[in-house]
Amino acid sequence: MHRGRGKFCGLFRALAVAGAFGVFGGFSAQAAQSLLNVSYDPTRELYKQINPAFAAYWKSKTGEAIEVQASHSGSGAQARAVIDGLNADVVTLALAADIDAIATKTGKIPADWQRRLPNNSSPYTSTIVFLVRKGNPKAIKDWDDLAKPGVAVITPNPKTSGGARWNFLGAWGYGLEKFKGDEAKTKAFVKAIYKNAPVLDTGARGSTITFAQRGLGDVLIAWENEAFLALKEFGPDKFEIVAPKRSVLAEPPVAVVDANADGKGNKKAAEAYLEFLYTPGAQALIAKNFYRPAHPEFATKEDLAKLPKIEFFTVDKTFGGWAAAQKKFFADGGVFDDIQTQEPAK
Amino acid sequence: MTSPTLAGRHARRFKAPSVIPGFGVTFGYTLLYLGLVVLFPLATLVWRSSGLGLSGLYQIALEPRVAASLQTTFAVSFLAAGIDLFFGLIAAWTLTRYQFPGRRLLDAFVDLPFALPTAVAGISLAALYAPNGWFGAPLADLGVKIAFTRWGILVALVFIGLPFVVRTVQPIIAELETELEEASATLGASRLQTVVRVLLPPLVPALLTGFALAFARGVGEYGSVIFISGNIAYVSEIAPLLIIEKLEQYDYAGATGIATIMLAISFVALLVINLIQAWSRKRFGHV
Amino acid sequence: MSEIAVESFPRIRTGAKVRPVTQDAPVTRYLLIATTLVFSLTFLFAPLALVFVEAAAKGFSVFLEAFSEPDAIAAIKLTLLVAAIAVPANLVFGLAAAWSIAKFSFPGKSLLITLIDLPFSVSPVVSGLVYVLVFGAQGLFGKWLSAHGTQVIFAVPGIVLATIFVTFPFVARELIPLMQEQGTVEEEAALTLGASGFTTFVTVTLPNIKWGLLYGVLLCNARAMGEFGAVSVVSGHIRGLTNTIPLQVEILYNEYNTVAAFALSVLLASLALVTLGIKSFLEWRHADALAAGGGRH
Repeated sequence: MHRGRGKFCGLFRALAVAGAFGVFGGFSAQAAQSLLNVSYDPTRELYKQINPAFAAYWKSKTGEAIEVQASHSGSGAQARAVIDGLNADVVTLALAADIDAIATKTGKIPADWQRRLPNNSSPYTSTIVFLVRKGNPKAIKDWDDLAKPGVAVITPNPKTSGGARWNFLGAWGYGLEKFKGDEAKTKAFVKAIYKNAPVLDTGARGSTITFAQRGLGDVLIAWENEAFLALKEFGPDKFEIVAPKRSVLAEPPVAVVDANADGKGNKKAAEAYLEFLYTPGAQALIAKNFYRPAHPEFATKEDLAKLPKIEFFTVDKTFGGWAAAQKKFFADGGVFDDIQTQEPAK
Repeated sequence: MTSPTLAGRHARRFKAPSVIPGFGVTFGYTLLYLGLVVLFPLATLVWRSSGLGLSGLYQIALEPRVAASLQTTFAVSFLAAGIDLFFGLIAAWTLTRYQFPGRRLLDAFVDLPFALPTAVAGISLAALYAPNGWFGAPLADLGVKIAFTRWGILVALVFIGLPFVVRTVQPIIAELETELEEASATLGASRLQTVVRVLLPPLVPALLTGFALAFARGVGEYGSVIFISGNIAYVSEIAPLLIIEKLEQYDYAGATGIATIMLAISFVALLVINLIQAWSRKRFGHV
Repeated sequence: MSEIAVESFPRIRTGAKVRPVTQDAPVTRYLLIATTLVFSLTFLFAPLALVFVEAAAKGFSVFLEAFSEPDAIAAIKLTLLVAAIAVPANLVFGLAAAWSIAKFSFPGKSLLITLIDLPFSVSPVVSGLVYVLVFGAQGLFGKWLSAHGTQVIFAVPGIVLATIFVTFPFVARELIPLMQEQGTVEEEAALTLGASGFTTFVTVTLPNIKWGLLYGVLLCNARAMGEFGAVSVVSGHIRGLTNTIPLQVEILYNEYNTVAAFALSVLLASLALVTLGIKSFLEWRHADALAAGGGRH
């Protein structure tokens, strides 16, 4: 009997080895120095353009070939992957809190990481805007209109999506200003918005697809760059962007994961990669991809002109930082749970 | 191939030590491999949640949101497995007993849910049943919403679970001996009586297995459901999604806690079904 | 009575043709066939058709382009590699488990079968998570692994492990009932006649179970290549490196590249169809083997 299995084993081992050879053969062909950038979902298009640009820059500067590998998924899931051992050289995530989590749970990033690069380590910022169907049939102008009965709002689930948390904070910050700091009224206002949400997708892209391809909802609350990208993908004849008067300033930060980069001998390249994001070439690409560049002077006028004028509030000033906001609003038993609890079953 | 006499002898042999070699090696390997690949990782899961203690687990299960999602998950899975049971039996019967054009093709399609990645299944089902989809549009005209409601979860789980029922029942139907049916008919039973009294009983264990597997698979399903369910708390939020939510807050204890609760319930369900199977195998001989 | 009995004799001899007592009334038959058709069309065929329609939405050349993308090629290679390890591993296990469970008697058999079934019921999210708990940097062996510079999760070994876990029961589940049904008589006869255990397995058991075995392997393979949830948790999503076909599908879909996403899905769906084609062929051959086997006994 076991001789029989041995025969099988041998055959399949041969198969497996052949397979492994094929694949690893494929890998080793591209194994120059490589840098792993672990990022969140909406930056796919941006880094697809940045990475080859950096490779060219690095080649011209050092004469060495480098390949930047990209990994994209939800911001929180990516932070967890790095904590659990994903060997990232740099992280470019949606929230400072996610990078903080890596720093405190692994010690692979120093606690003062956010002071290592200009603008709180955010080479680009963004904000939250609305995407509506062409002609804006429900006449949506500002956050108030989202709370009106009969308006279907598409937004992802703040429990699973980083982008969704920005959406929530955008609505909350607007409410605070409108009701002059009255938390109870603000809560009722935000609750009315979420009561209008027929679906809470697990990620920001999921919501965009639900809105654009499945035809659900009257308005999508989205990252500014996501809204522009959807416009580009699905055609400006189908949707239009509505900018609220006030919205939250999203500052997606970047950081070198020191311990990983050191271990792979990539520290210099990793630091150069993040610094490269602040250079004129990269800043222009950033604006082209509908992010707001840290140095607008490097972007073209046309790209800047597309971005609407919005009055910003920040998470630090309005909510006392991400850690506090996360705990108050999105943790289990927080405000978001509360908003949903009072609305059991349809 | 299998005759009752064979099974009978087989049953007698079980008591005596066997002349067949290889038990030590195969049994040992089975335990080792099972232990390393399945039991050890699952034990780690249980161990990670053990910090909560039994009362902690109990409390997690009682959190209104967790309770609601567990209820949704198990109720919809049960319903979906029931639908699979009914239509799966009909499909298995038709595919085994009747000849009609396209039978082979149809038979081939049954395995599709095994092979299609769950995410693809979820995306296609959401596209089909969304208000602007092939099925969703006419249904929307009738005022019926499927995608992004609990019904969406049901549709996804029916899809996922179907092959389990069909594939467990099919071989047993093929093995049914027509002599019994003939005898029953000869003795004056109507076709309906024959079906209910003669054909159905030996199928029961297989049906139960199929139901249990479809149910168990439905309880754990994630990929295909999240695209079509709407994920609204207390309405269409499934338990695996809550695990993700807990992880999102770095709450490993809570996440492993929910996972352990689900694991325990599924394990008990499967064990009961397998015990019924073993009992009926003894009772009916070879079924 | 006697009329029926007389009529039933030629039926046994000629097989299918006319079978009044063991066949359902035409109305029942058509009703059941119609139910099966409608149910399969809405629940099985429609999703598949949608995949093909979406993949072909922008023409055949665009469809083909999807397969020349380096990331797609890397994903296909990785998927093949993972299946080439996971399927044989579970095949060997399935044979061993089925042999020990079907051919011998021991207490706790139902418990053992339940434990083998268990991965069916574990949420894919959890199947990935358990390996993170064991091999992750914060996990049981995390310190030891990182001290030795070994990466298990977020690399190929983790993807293989998660795939093995998810497809664990398929071969065993296919073989156990089959071998239980066949009993031990033939093996005992061979052994009594002086054949060695190995010869008995190869010449007696294997021919009896080969079709079931192949079917189990095909299902296991299809599932191994199509697994999404568990692999997603342990993959790390590195483009061109740790993305399998299903993960690549998700990426493409999220990048609004619907055609390419569905094109890769077509690849997996075609795999399913080819698998099923082989299975139908086997069953056709199986029918012959069955007839021959029947003659031999």
